[in-house]
Amino acid sequence: MNEEELDYQAGEGRGDNAIEAKETEGLSQGQIVWRKFTRHVGAMSALGVLLATALFAISAMGVGPIPGWWKYQDPEATHPMENGGAPSANHPFGQDNIGVDNFAAVMTGVKTSLLIMVLIGVTTLIVGVSVGALAGYYRGWLDNLLMRFTDLVITLPTLVIGAVLGVMVSKAPGKLGWSDESVQEVYRWMPVLLGIALGLILWPSLARLVRGEFLALREREFVDSARVAGASDLRIMLKHILPNSVGVIIVNVTLLMSSAVVLETALSFLGFGVRSPNISLGNLISTNQGAFATRPWLFWWPGLFIIIIALTVNFIGDGLRDAFDPRTKKIPSISKMRRSFAQFTKEQ
Amino acid sequence: MFLLSFVSYIMVDFAIDPLEDLRASTSPNKEQLIANRSAMLMLDKSPLERYWSWLIGFVQGDFGIAWQTQQKVGDMLPNAISTSVSLVLMATVLAIILGVIVGVVSALRQYTGFDYAITFVSFVLYSLPVFWVAVLLKQYLAIGLNDFLAKPEPNWLLVAAGSILCGLFWMGAIGGKPGRLALVFASATAATFAVVVFILISGWLDHPSIGIVGLSVIAIASAIVVTMLFAGLANRRALYSALTVAAIGIALYYPLQWYFYFFEMDWLYIFELLGAAILVGLGVGWLFGGPDRAVSMRGGALTALLTSVVVFVDRVLQVYPQYYASGKIRGRPIATIGAETPSLHADFWTTQLDRFTHILLPTIALVLISFASYTRYQRGSMLEVMSQDYIRTARAKGLSERVVIMRHALRNALMPLTAIVPIDFLTLIGGAIITETIFGWSGMGKLFNDALKAAEIDPVMAYIVLVGGVTMLANILADFCYGLLDPRIRVNA
Repeated sequence: MNEEELDYQAGEGRGDNAIEAKETEGLSQGQIVWRKFTRHVGAMSALGVLLATALFAISAMGVGPIPGWWKYQDPEATHPMENGGAPSANHPFGQDNIGVDNFAAVMTGVKTSLLIMVLIGVTTLIVGVSVGALAGYYRGWLDNLLMRFTDLVITLPTLVIGAVLGVMVSKAPGKLGWSDESVQEVYRWMPVLLGIALGLILWPSLARLVRGEFLALREREFVDSARVAGASDLRIMLKHILPNSVGVIIVNVTLLMSSAVVLETALSFLGFGVRSPNISLGNLISTNQGAFATRPWLFWWPGLFIIIIALTVNFIGDGLRDAFDPRTKKIPSISKMRRSFAQFTKEQ
Repeated sequence: MFLLSFVSYIMVDFAIDPLEDLRASTSPNKEQLIANRSAMLMLDKSPLERYWSWLIGFVQGDFGIAWQTQQKVGDMLPNAISTSVSLVLMATVLAIILGVIVGVVSALRQYTGFDYAITFVSFVLYSLPVFWVAVLLKQYLAIGLNDFLAKPEPNWLLVAAGSILCGLFWMGAIGGKPGRLALVFASATAATFAVVVFILISGWLDHPSIGIVGLSVIAIASAIVVTMLFAGLANRRALYSALTVAAIGIALYYPLQWYFYFFEMDWLYIFELLGAAILVGLGVGWLFGGPDRAVSMRGGALTALLTSVVVFVDRVLQVYPQYYASGKIRGRPIATIGAETPSLHADFWTTQLDRFTHILLPTIALVLISFASYTRYQRGSMLEVMSQDYIRTARAKGLSERVVIMRHALRNALMPLTAIVPIDFLTLIGGAIITETIFGWSGMGKLFNDALKAAEIDPVMAYIVLVGGVTMLANILADFCYGLLDPRIRVNA
């Protein structure tokens, strides 16, 4: 242990680290972060996988009016059974008991889940940053009011509010007595509405963090000098404080998005989220859970894609956190440090 | 609190639609039915008036009724709460213990293969959707396990793979030089393999029990491990007191069997016995005395606790053949639905076994998910503490690594945990909605889920107010604990 400790110290002392060496050349903060992030193997491969998955799903099923390359564009159409529904050349992910192509369904689900994830991220970003920035910058009664409101939203588990909101979105049109066409229209836009609604309940944690950042940064000298130079409050917030807190914001929105994917699929699984005619990975699992013993592929594929999405987004968030954290330095492996220590002693 | 109840009442009121089925119905007296139900649920009044009457009732202790079944919410709640708590408590405790241990070890072996593997695994677990895991456990593991228990035919490939994995785990966790790594790996793999083979070959699965031999091994091992961690083997008094306690436990094994056989047990007795065991442990530690009495007493008590748990588990396992043979479970011991086998009139021990087989799968599902976040959290906080100056000071003044880690680092690294455990516990109760729904436990989550689907506002509100209130309490409690433990933080409330 002691020798190891020594090696460790020696390795760290030498600091044979590309980024650190470059730091003396004078890189901007953005360049340092970018370099650290692109060198984070886990995060970069996760980003690659996520982008590939998104491209694959979108190109397979098309966007809006543009059709994709997959031969069965309608995820609800039934086809003649092949191979007893098991994965076959025509239906690589298999078919369900009435012959629906599972590949089309899963890809549509991936599209829906990604859309909802992005919507949640954007909504959270807008609401959380505005609330946090206003509360942190102006303090006083506005801070109190906004933070009490935040406390209120944060009190209940997100799944509970999410369920209530999900029911609300789906039941409200019928209750208000809208015409059938407009009800159909609302159902068609259900994923979008759900994404925004979930974004509206997930923002408090971000708002708290942003508020903390703003509270700390507004006391700094550069803010004083900007104010003396005659900058307006809005300008100070947007141009001076926000860029300095962007790390916290990006990292947390990313991590939030990964839990949002799981939340959305969970809600859809319970029947409070996306429901037919829309397809989400959650409700695919929910409808197919009974068929597990006979048609396991209906269950494995949607689950696999949920994990891929959540895992990659998590990894990206972790990579971003490391990249934005000035304290983390890339530490060479123990064997590398030993080698450099041996070289170091030989040189002397 | 009032604000919360008001906002959520209005929201839920707007969300649910109790008239949905009637509006679509074709019965001739549709108007009449709608009018009746509206009168019953006061739908003709404004939401504000409804809220007011609900609030008046709630404050007076009347939680309302679930109108579709005409059940009183007040009658449904106690059952649901106890079910949920028993489910979540066990899972949380297990997840915390495992998460803390693995997190600390992973932090101590930072940037090794072990650390990377644990980080990766915890990331994967963290991204797992709980409902997917739960369905998987229910449809796959339960069926597989039950088939296996009915006809234990060992899958040698799986056994070998498991042994090697176990060996790798211990190798990574213990660490050291290559020679030691190989030794640890070989012995851990061999030991795991031997135990598994013994279990499979000897028919242990048909008549599982730990017996006096197993008890002796486990008791002495736990005495040594407890001493090693908390006192160091050099502290002879602590070691001897822990071993004495273990010996007392082993000596009491047969008398206890006799006692368990002739007296009907219940939880009160069990807790009294446990308390007595811990007192004995403390007493032995006290008798050994020495300059550092508290350390010996603590070691003795912990050993007593572990030994008693083993005796308890042994007794529960003994009823397994009888439980397995009883017609109620139809040869499928690992249950997937409900909290207990209905109308199983059995003695205390069989009931415990029955509870255990029911709680097993949901607990695995919950533990897998929350274990990951505890591991990551504990790893982070341990790393932060280990880089502090006082750790360097402690090492510099020549304290052993054990003392540095257990006394100086771990205690401080555990502190942030007190802030998140109460909140996490509640999130789990909320998150248990899914687990309860899938495994058919009629707890709080299922109550909420069913009521929301059935458009019954009263149970939903009872759930929301209860969870919200307890969350607020837990937040205050967490702040308070943190303030108590960390004098640097002042709670101005």
